[in-house]
Amino acid sequence: MTKQEVVEPNIHKQVSISEFFEKNRHLLGYDSKIKAMLIIVKEGVDNSLDATEEVDTLPDIYVKIEELEKEKYKIVIRDNGPGISKNQIPKIFGTLLYGSKFHRLRQSRGQQGLGISMAVLYAQLTTGEPTEVLSSRGNGRTNKFKLKIDVKKNEPVILSEEVIEGREWKGTQVTFICEGIYREHKQSVLEYLKQTAISNPYANITFDSPSGKIDFKRGVEKLPSQPGEIKPHLAGVELGIMVRMLHDTSTRSILGFLTTEFSRVGKTTADEICKKSEIDPRTSPSKITDSDVIKIIKAVKEVKLTRPPTDCLSPLGSTSIESGLKKELDPEFMATVTRPPEVYRGWPFQIEVGIAYGGSITESKLMRFANRVPLLYQQGDCAITKSAQGVDWKRYGIEADKLPKGPVVIFAHMISVWVPFTSESKEAVASYPVIIKEVKLALQEAARKISLYLSGIRKAQAIAERKSIFERYAHETAVALHELTGSKVDEVEKQIKDIVDERWQDLENEKNGDSNKNNKPEEKPEVKEEKKAAKTEEEPAEEKAKKEEKKGE
Amino acid sequence: MTDRAEDTKQELTKFGKGVVSQIKEKDTPSINLPIRTLANVFFDEKNSVIRLGNKVSKRQYLNVAHTRKFMQTMMVAAECKKIINQNVYTSIRDLYYALKRTIPDTKENTFEEQAESDPILEDIEAALNTLREKLHLQADRKGYLAGNIIIKDTGDEIDAAKMGSSGWAIPSNAESERIQFGNCKAEYVLLVEKDAVWQRLNEDKFWKKQNCLILTGKGQPARGARRLVNRLHRELKLPIYVLTDADVWGYYIYSVVKQGSINLSFLSDRLGTPNAQFIGLTTNDVQKFDIPKNVTIKLNDQDLKRANEMLKYRWFKAKEWQDEIKHMLNVGYKLELEALSAKGIKFISEKYLPEKIEKKDFLP
Repeated sequence: MTKQEVVEPNIHKQVSISEFFEKNRHLLGYDSKIKAMLIIVKEGVDNSLDATEEVDTLPDIYVKIEELEKEKYKIVIRDNGPGISKNQIPKIFGTLLYGSKFHRLRQSRGQQGLGISMAVLYAQLTTGEPTEVLSSRGNGRTNKFKLKIDVKKNEPVILSEEVIEGREWKGTQVTFICEGIYREHKQSVLEYLKQTAISNPYANITFDSPSGKIDFKRGVEKLPSQPGEIKPHLAGVELGIMVRMLHDTSTRSILGFLTTEFSRVGKTTADEICKKSEIDPRTSPSKITDSDVIKIIKAVKEVKLTRPPTDCLSPLGSTSIESGLKKELDPEFMATVTRPPEVYRGWPFQIEVGIAYGGSITESKLMRFANRVPLLYQQGDCAITKSAQGVDWKRYGIEADKLPKGPVVIFAHMISVWVPFTSESKEAVASYPVIIKEVKLALQEAARKISLYLSGIRKAQAIAERKSIFERYAHETAVALHELTGSKVDEVEKQIKDIVDERWQDLENEKNGDSNKNNKPEEKPEVKEEKKAAKTEEEPAEEKAKKEEKKGE
Repeated sequence: MTDRAEDTKQELTKFGKGVVSQIKEKDTPSINLPIRTLANVFFDEKNSVIRLGNKVSKRQYLNVAHTRKFMQTMMVAAECKKIINQNVYTSIRDLYYALKRTIPDTKENTFEEQAESDPILEDIEAALNTLREKLHLQADRKGYLAGNIIIKDTGDEIDAAKMGSSGWAIPSNAESERIQFGNCKAEYVLLVEKDAVWQRLNEDKFWKKQNCLILTGKGQPARGARRLVNRLHRELKLPIYVLTDADVWGYYIYSVVKQGSINLSFLSDRLGTPNAQFIGLTTNDVQKFDIPKNVTIKLNDQDLKRANEMLKYRWFKAKEWQDEIKHMLNVGYKLELEALSAKGIKFISEKYLPEKIEKKDFLP
């Protein structure tokens, strides 16, 4: 799946924390059987999408959930990615926190190398069953593993391993057997896949669910551009990370470390940092103590840093967002906005949003995404939610009670090399003011577009309503004229309607003032007259006298 | 059917034909209606009545604000023609019910309440320069009369001196086709605002002692009572004295009896009696008749506002009225007719009115 040979073996890190997560699986979101199913599918699909995109392949993803017995399921996830080499498979699936992403910063779905192996661990803990991995790199050879995790050592346990020859395919297929409960509610596998289909419109996703097969078809044939890789930015680096980076670096001096391992740090800046933290720039990184690191981090805050590059981000763009919304929601109207990149704590990020209105949409929904992954839980804690609640929707003609009501779906996407989640389970974006502000600005801009569209509709409705008024009273008028003059009812009614058909458009134009007003100058002032008259009639001065007069008449 | 009914029918038909020909010519159907508001009335100094100006508003079918009213106008006109044809008289409430129906394919009624059809009828009266009575419509009757006069009402002779405690009820239609005057011994007419005061005077046989007619409109007199007053003055040359509360509303009632109303300004010649005189009450009477101050009522904000408006009306420009209204604003009180009872229950009939009439202490 994702961790293939593209990644250099020497930067793989192993952290023995299996035991910790065995006892604290709720930290990764495995707090209920329903949610566990979702997370396993999510980890698998996220990895599949990352893997296919990395090799510029349009993703074809197959997900199957099959109930084996009560609360026991088989989950299969298959992709058409590049496949994983034989020796990498056990490490990727059998080691927690195996991965390179701490050190390689780029916009990707997974971040900690925790996800897929945690799914293996969950399956093993709940049913005792190993996870089966099949992978082929397209050379006619398929590697098949059955494996578990040695919790004490945080090491893979290979139960069986074989090579199947002769099957021509490329990709990876993982099969978990785990406890779970399958539901199709708001925060379900189904909803997750649907939203994934929206945020990854270039992917074909087939879901073989317990209640039938569902196809989420590809909407665009083009992958978004590959996100670039960047080095960490000094402003965002915390103590633990810097300690690890110092340990791993191949540079020979702290000056070299600062200029080489970090984004956009020049010699002048590095010198200044060393000076402020009273460290000799020539000191070897291996000699730097923890208290030195604290000094460095303190010094970093006092120097002026160049912002990180932002060209490493890859937004979906309005065509893709609209395609995703269109194919899955079939709305009447859409508006999308992509904000320019911004930076929080040294990490570049970018916000893009879409608002879909009407059509087949029946109820409002806020869809949150981080690096193209739907966030289904902890909506209330999320920066995106706070932003959406901060928008005065009513100003844009959208009915709302904090969040929009009615046929409105909001798509809000945060893209970053490092998305600040509120917890390890990656369900809500942390509330940095600049993130909240960016999402809000994007939503307001999109809402303005919706508002323009809605006012257009409302205007058209008002026009249609006016025309229907003219038509509504034609019959009774014709009947009355017949009684007065003997004219034919049908004939006069038709003639009135003909006049309406012919003239009402002119009247509309006149009202909007965009046609030559001089056309019918004789009508306007007199119309005003009656309106004015109606107003004067209500003068309080006349009220009582009039009332009393009325009574008598 | 009389010739006059035939004329009215002709007018209605003409009214409809005007619209039909517009439709045939593919013109926007529209009708001209005189504007019946303060903005379009003027005070005819020579005849001393309020008259309708010549401003008209165009009610257009192709104006969303007018379309429904346009239809309603045609419907009311058609219904009037129908009832004239049948040679019956009906009430304006009957008219409303006769026309109220659901518009096909909608949930909307042609008329939702009588308040919609009443002003439309007035529009037609003004537009055709006719009377609702000629359209065979009548309002509820309101008002009573007692005194030495013989009234001929559609063939019956009524002696208004023999109507007991209730008096003769004034019909809504007091036109000469219906009501004629027989022998009249009375020397003047006293129009009383309040029914309760009228009853007091009737019980005291004031009309007998003073040889007059006493008449009440029970508040603002309806068309019938106003038309009757107009005719009593015009045909029998009886002076008209008006007795109301000493407040802005009482004064306004007087002005309507005398000069006509804004809303029905097109009927002022028929309904107004420019020679009517105001007998009382005035705030000046408090001093003149030594009325105790404790029966006066403090002016409220509405009174003040209304009084200031009335000072500006052309038909309250007479010096005496300006003085009275200013005096009222000065002393800051008003008083009701019943306040005279503070001087004794018969004070009004035995002292106040005879003295006023004798001294000709009137306001113009």
